[in-house]
Amino acid sequence: MTEVLLIAGMFMATFSVRYVLFAVAGKVRFPPWLTTGLSFVPPAVLTAIIVPAVLLPRGELWLRFDNPWLLAGVFAALVAFWRRDLLTTIVLGMFCFMLLRFGFGL
Amino acid sequence: MTSYTEIKQDLRAIQRREMLGGAKATIPLIIGAIPFGIIFGTLAGPSGLSAWGALAMSVIVFAGSAQFIALGLMAAGAAVPVIIATTFVVNLRHILYAANLVPKVAHLPHRWRVMMAFGLTDETFAAVSNRFMLQQNTEHAHWFYLGSWLAMYGNWILCTGLGIALGELFPDMTDWGLDFAMSVTFIGMVVPYLKTKPMWGAVIVSGAIAMATFGMPHKLGLIVAALCGIATGLSFHLLLKRSSAQETHHD
Repeated sequence: MTEVLLIAGMFMATFSVRYVLFAVAGKVRFPPWLTTGLSFVPPAVLTAIIVPAVLLPRGELWLRFDNPWLLAGVFAALVAFWRRDLLTTIVLGMFCFMLLRFGFGL
Repeated sequence: MTSYTEIKQDLRAIQRREMLGGAKATIPLIIGAIPFGIIFGTLAGPSGLSAWGALAMSVIVFAGSAQFIALGLMAAGAAVPVIIATTFVVNLRHILYAANLVPKVAHLPHRWRVMMAFGLTDETFAAVSNRFMLQQNTEHAHWFYLGSWLAMYGNWILCTGLGIALGELFPDMTDWGLDFAMSVTFIGMVVPYLKTKPMWGAVIVSGAIAMATFGMPHKLGLIVAALCGIATGLSFHLLLKRSSAQETHHD
């Protein structure tokens, strides 16, 4: 039951956003500040997910050099700055993480 | 003399060509989405979403990042309304895509625009914006869109199913730290944005507030942090614009 509610709600939250402008088909124009504001949405949301995920991977602050989530996360960011290619970042970042966890047993 | 059936056949051929073109243009982006879909399916069970729930989510919701984030929130014990609100915030970027496409498709029948709205993903937008913005003859380009969407949608459902099967075959896969796959994917998505000072401001504030509000119930901190980040970025942008306008004025 909870899953039905969750999926129905997520569908509405997704489809309404995607559909609203197609429905009115060009009769509304966005003020420039709103367009600019929207451009900050993806990086702001994603960062709010990433930072706690790598700094508190097990629910408590783990700000040390033996935290593989943190080390591999920093490494992945460096790779992303270097190549700016999503697939390369994912592959090298995961490789680094696996190496730290299972190669070095962190 | 061309008969009515010949014209109709020509039209069919054009439509088929557009659809294939759309699917082809989406292939590189589909390759990037494959690991994403598989990992989503694999992580569903351990996060507390049933196999059918995961499949239904991919079929009905069809929003990669939002589905991933929903899993993370479920695993952390967030309430359903918070997950739905987060989905809304995460998907706000699609308004920008729609705003770009609408002038080119406003003349199409309503059912076409419903299809386009449902199929509006980052990948399909990237694949079709080229066709709609840079090329002429967009008369049949909605078939191109349809081809791109069907390729993306089919692949997403297939990969979700594959991931669910993998997760059931290897139940201890979750101990491997696949949750990091989500973080690393998001890191790869954020970095290309970091080109301006306002964007850095948005990201730094969002990350800091996310840490400060980590203990908030129902994972509400995520929405608070994102909104603070967006507000910071926008204010920073407007301030910079005003000061540069003043400089030009003094010159």
